[in-house]
Amino acid sequence: MPNPQEPKPVHAVPRAVPWARCLLLIPVVAMLWVSSYNRIEPTLAGFPFFYWYQLMWVLLSAVIIGIVHAMER
Amino acid sequence: MSGGINWTAAIVFVALFVLVTWIGFIAAHWRKGDLDQLHEWGLGGRRFGTMVTWFLVGGDLYTAYTFVAVPAVLFGAGALGFFAVPYTILIYPLLYVAFPRLWAIAHRHGYVTSADFVTGRFGNRWLGLAVSFTGILATMPYIALQLVGMQVVIGAMGIETSGWLGDLPLIIAFIILAAFTYTSGLRAPAMIAVVKDVLIYATVLAAIIAVPIHIGGYDKMFAAIPPAKLLLATPPADSYGAFSAYGSLALGSALALFLYPHSITGILSSSSAGVIRRNAVMLPAYSVMLGFLALVGFMAIAIGVGAMPAFADGFKRYGANFSVPALFLALFPSWFVGIAFAAIAIGALVPAAIMSIATANTFTRNIYRAFLNPACSDAQESQVAKIVSLVVKAGALVFIFALPLQFALYLQLLGGVWIIQTAPSVLLTLYARFLNGWALLIGWVVGFVLGTWMVVLNNWTPIWPLHVGGVTFPCYIAILSVIVNVAVSVVLSPLFNLRADARRAGAFEDYA
Repeated sequence: MPNPQEPKPVHAVPRAVPWARCLLLIPVVAMLWVSSYNRIEPTLAGFPFFYWYQLMWVLLSAVIIGIVHAMER
Repeated sequence: MSGGINWTAAIVFVALFVLVTWIGFIAAHWRKGDLDQLHEWGLGGRRFGTMVTWFLVGGDLYTAYTFVAVPAVLFGAGALGFFAVPYTILIYPLLYVAFPRLWAIAHRHGYVTSADFVTGRFGNRWLGLAVSFTGILATMPYIALQLVGMQVVIGAMGIETSGWLGDLPLIIAFIILAAFTYTSGLRAPAMIAVVKDVLIYATVLAAIIAVPIHIGGYDKMFAAIPPAKLLLATPPADSYGAFSAYGSLALGSALALFLYPHSITGILSSSSAGVIRRNAVMLPAYSVMLGFLALVGFMAIAIGVGAMPAFADGFKRYGANFSVPALFLALFPSWFVGIAFAAIAIGALVPAAIMSIATANTFTRNIYRAFLNPACSDAQESQVAKIVSLVVKAGALVFIFALPLQFALYLQLLGGVWIIQTAPSVLLTLYARFLNGWALLIGWVVGFVLGTWMVVLNNWTPIWPLHVGGVTFPCYIAILSVIVNVAVSVVLSPLFNLRADARRAGAFEDYA
């Protein structure tokens, strides 16, 4: 049941920045384009490209979502 | 195991387990609410802020089974197992976009489950039943697999896990789990998740620092991996081969994840839509950890645990799932082995608790209240949910003791294919107003039957070799079957809408 004692604002609709959410497609495309990263060179700190590239995208995707969040707040 | 029980590890393990049990019981008094209300017992009163939600959802999605099975796939099959990383990258854009919306609707109407939303959105309790039934069916084998993670670490400490007596540690663990879930509801796993995370992060950190030092650097570790395991196989000219398999596994698993009842429970228990958005930014921290943890499978190859005589028995019993425990046993002092194994076992308790609460919520709301006893009081509803949470856990125990492990793995595979069939009803309807409940129900039936049939026909493997005009596109069956499901739902909806004279125009304002 909705909780009436704390009337917190319900942010159902964030501030609309029309194209902001298109940014969220970047990590999706990057990760589904598997042939672009199935390689060993260049290595980074001993990690083959396949591994460090995908780990890097974990961070990049968080940054991108963070940017979209900051824009819409 | 040779050498009997590892007492130091076992004592540390048991001590941490006792600590967590104590936390589980005192959690009932945390942010106290009336536990005779289903949203208090089963959603923690929707009061969890950003940090608690981070721990809870993290504990919920990154389960003990993940910790054991993902490195095991890298250990056994190589690079393909790394799909867990793109998979956990893809879930967060989806979380950010769709779930604050679902939360806001659920909050306004007092919904506790996704089936509540579907029932309310379409006024069609049969579609609600389909969503609820799918959720319960898909979650049961998932709970059972959490037990596998626990069984492996208990066995790895040298405690016999076969035979009647061997089942005892698991039974004790599950009685404890059942007792604190019953008394404290969702508050228990939320508090325990904090302890679990501290242990897990410590364990992973130790592995990614100590193991490369032992081997002589990450380059040496990767050099020890057979080339065939290091990368995906390059596809032949007329096929997308391992590439489309990898990508579609990641995408399908990501779409399926937040449809599981336990994910929805974790999300709906947060105190605002903003909490969910902030968590979409913060939760990827777990994916970094998961990525490094996956590499533990490679560390196990590099150390050569598979050839060590001390672990022969363990590998014979638990297969590749033994690779992570074996690595810790080989390299770390016993007290730390105790911490690492406790991290895995407690990592099983948290999701198992949330899963049993979530299935109990949906059974109670969408089957018991919707069909069996519409007039039940709030207290009765909460009581039924508590009892169902016990039944679900007992069922998981029986499952793991009575049936071969392979059966649970098959059902878990099917579970992903089944749960994704609720995506049109739960997610697409957040955006598409024209969809009709009956059309979605038919789409669900088609997707469910088609997906199941394809999995069985495909010898219980997830990748279907789709042939399109001379080109082979190996694709995760969940994706293929849900595409057909969406097509059926979209095509049939206008036809049903023509018939439906009462298009509930007013009610629609609240939704899409």
